[in-house]
Amino acid sequence: MNGYERQLARSGWAFLAPALLLIAVFFFLPVLAALLLSFTDFDIYALGDLRRLRFVGLENYTQLLQSPLFWTALGNTGYFVLLGGPLSVAVSLGAALLVNARLNRFPGLFRTALFLPVVTTLVAVAVVWRYLYHPRYGLLNYGLSLLGIAPIDWLGDPDWAMPAIILMAVWKNFGFNMIIFIAGLQNIPIQLYEAARIDGASTGQQFRHITLPQLGPTFLFVALMTMIGYFQVFAEPYVMTQGGPANRTLSVVLLMYEEGFRWWNMGYASAMAFVLFALILAGTALQLLLRRRAR
Amino acid sequence: MLSRTLRLLTCYACLWLVLTLPGLSGCSPAEHPSVVTVDFWAMGQEGEQLRALLPEFERRHPGIRVRVQQVPWSAAHEKLLTAYAGGALPDLFQLGNTWIPEFVALGALAPLDERVRAWPAAALADYFPGILATNRLDGRLHALPWYVDTRLFFYRTDLLAAAGFAAPPATWAEWLRAFAALRHRDGADRYALLLPINEWQLPVILALQRGAPLLRDQDQYGDFREPRFREAFTFYLSLFEQGLAPPVGNTQMANLYQEFARGYFAVYASGPWNIGEFQRRLPADLQGHWSTAPLPGFDSGPGVSLAGGASLALNRASPRQDAAWALLEFLAEPAQQARFYQLTGDLPARQSAWNDPALLSNRQAAAFREQLRFLRATPAIPEWERIASRIAYYAEQAVRGALSVDAALTALDRDVDRILEKRRWLLARKVAAP
Repeated sequence: MNGYERQLARSGWAFLAPALLLIAVFFFLPVLAALLLSFTDFDIYALGDLRRLRFVGLENYTQLLQSPLFWTALGNTGYFVLLGGPLSVAVSLGAALLVNARLNRFPGLFRTALFLPVVTTLVAVAVVWRYLYHPRYGLLNYGLSLLGIAPIDWLGDPDWAMPAIILMAVWKNFGFNMIIFIAGLQNIPIQLYEAARIDGASTGQQFRHITLPQLGPTFLFVALMTMIGYFQVFAEPYVMTQGGPANRTLSVVLLMYEEGFRWWNMGYASAMAFVLFALILAGTALQLLLRRRAR
Repeated sequence: MLSRTLRLLTCYACLWLVLTLPGLSGCSPAEHPSVVTVDFWAMGQEGEQLRALLPEFERRHPGIRVRVQQVPWSAAHEKLLTAYAGGALPDLFQLGNTWIPEFVALGALAPLDERVRAWPAAALADYFPGILATNRLDGRLHALPWYVDTRLFFYRTDLLAAAGFAAPPATWAEWLRAFAALRHRDGADRYALLLPINEWQLPVILALQRGAPLLRDQDQYGDFREPRFREAFTFYLSLFEQGLAPPVGNTQMANLYQEFARGYFAVYASGPWNIGEFQRRLPADLQGHWSTAPLPGFDSGPGVSLAGGASLALNRASPRQDAAWALLEFLAEPAQQARFYQLTGDLPARQSAWNDPALLSNRQAAAFREQLRFLRATPAIPEWERIASRIAYYAEQAVRGALSVDAALTALDRDVDRILEKRRWLLARKVAAP
């Protein structure tokens, strides 16, 4: 490294420093503090007087893994991710194909309209959806009654509450992935389709052999971001059901919030945060591995 | 090189200025030095209606201004704890009286013993003793009751009369006969009473009536397999097993008032806030056909109920405690308590305020006045709210038939022992190092 390069490196660091400093202070430091907290029994007593804080090693983690409530929450979150994730990606892709279709004369209008739920406040959305889901006066059950289907207590029935939340979450979030898919679709060279048509490929074949493979990287990105986001589901059940009925919509982050801020068991809640982090990390690694295998 | 460093430093300085300027401009304008502003947090509708009392207070205390912040009930507990952690508690705040032990453990409340010593002796005795007791801990007064809250029966007078009871019974045995009659009215989808299965209150009230201690050894362990608690718990479950109460939770009841009007159930165990709700929401032709009754007892009525309610407390770290105390004292005056009742329907914590004509003429409040003489408090430990939520959980499991009585109570004892582990450690340490 000569003098000029060294100077260049130094000014590079100088320009990076403000951003790095902010990340260090507002991200890495809290994460480190939370990790330390997860090895303590920080609770309301310790909040009042730090001498009442004990280091408990891995006890929070072992207690967590023995807690039936945590497994319930994990099961619910898994349900949400496994059903909601693929559904969300499929709906986004479908919407992107429709918006991007040549028959669509107003792509800008539809793109904006379908993106609207993403930028709407969740609480406002939840209020409206609660009306839609109302067992007696809701629009959804009215529609079902026209088809001769008996009314469903969407948010009150333990079996239906989670599907209802998933439906709302997918509707609220698909617009974001749709925009990414549209960008991906527009990046596919048009010559590929022209060549395929000359070879006599049908629309379905074009989709399978050109669109899907070309969208590969976009798919990976969308699937990963959706999975990471869906693992952290919190606001939807918090606003709609508070985790009920019978804990069937209690998610891991909602449980963490309750333990942390309702009961002020910060040590236990931090341990839960790191278990969730490990799970998301494992899920991400698995997806990357599968993708690499497939290639 | 030096000039480059200088330029960078200038850049940082500019950046710093840009980042902090909004903060500077956000500063409040200089306040008049002789006026003290008291910050007061109050919950829900109390926070809203309270404002009507303040002009009178500010007229009497020209040197004090009150800034009220309204906090929704659902987030109040979290918000107060977070405010404590962030050193942002207001000078004066409302809190549920079951939260007092938590805030005492935090050392967040300024003791009031010195201040009430200046009161006439009768003033403190004017509070309902059962309610005042929940504000005392370790022999010190940490807060003052603002309004009271307890549970009793709301019932349909017409349905009970049709079942052969001109007046509400006083014992459980008689009520059970009434329930049986109410159950066998027209149609199968009628119930005698509604007890939301996701609430802890009724199982605990029954246990307190039986004299069950709930916790044992200085509140260090759960005592739920104790015979008296078991008896009360079994009695509670039997109300569902006999089909007297429907096994539904609060959230499954689409419109409780409509169902009460329809006669889906005839008796409902609830608190004072429902007096106003029933008056507002029940159809006009039903208004003459409902009333309230003290809870029955197992031997001869009335039975005890919970000593609930909201209190007002001073922040120990506040530099404006004297001004905040002036406001607390003002709100504690019987006249203000009576006005507050007229504004909110909250029942006064001071007995003399009940002589207000508006309260005397409220037929449905009379049963509360009777019930308020028979109160029992839940254990005064910071962990109580958590324990209560576990009781609610296992009661619901047992009602749904997912757990047997033995399994539910064993699991409850196990959970509660775990919750109290820290308390045992603290007590043991206190004994070891006197």
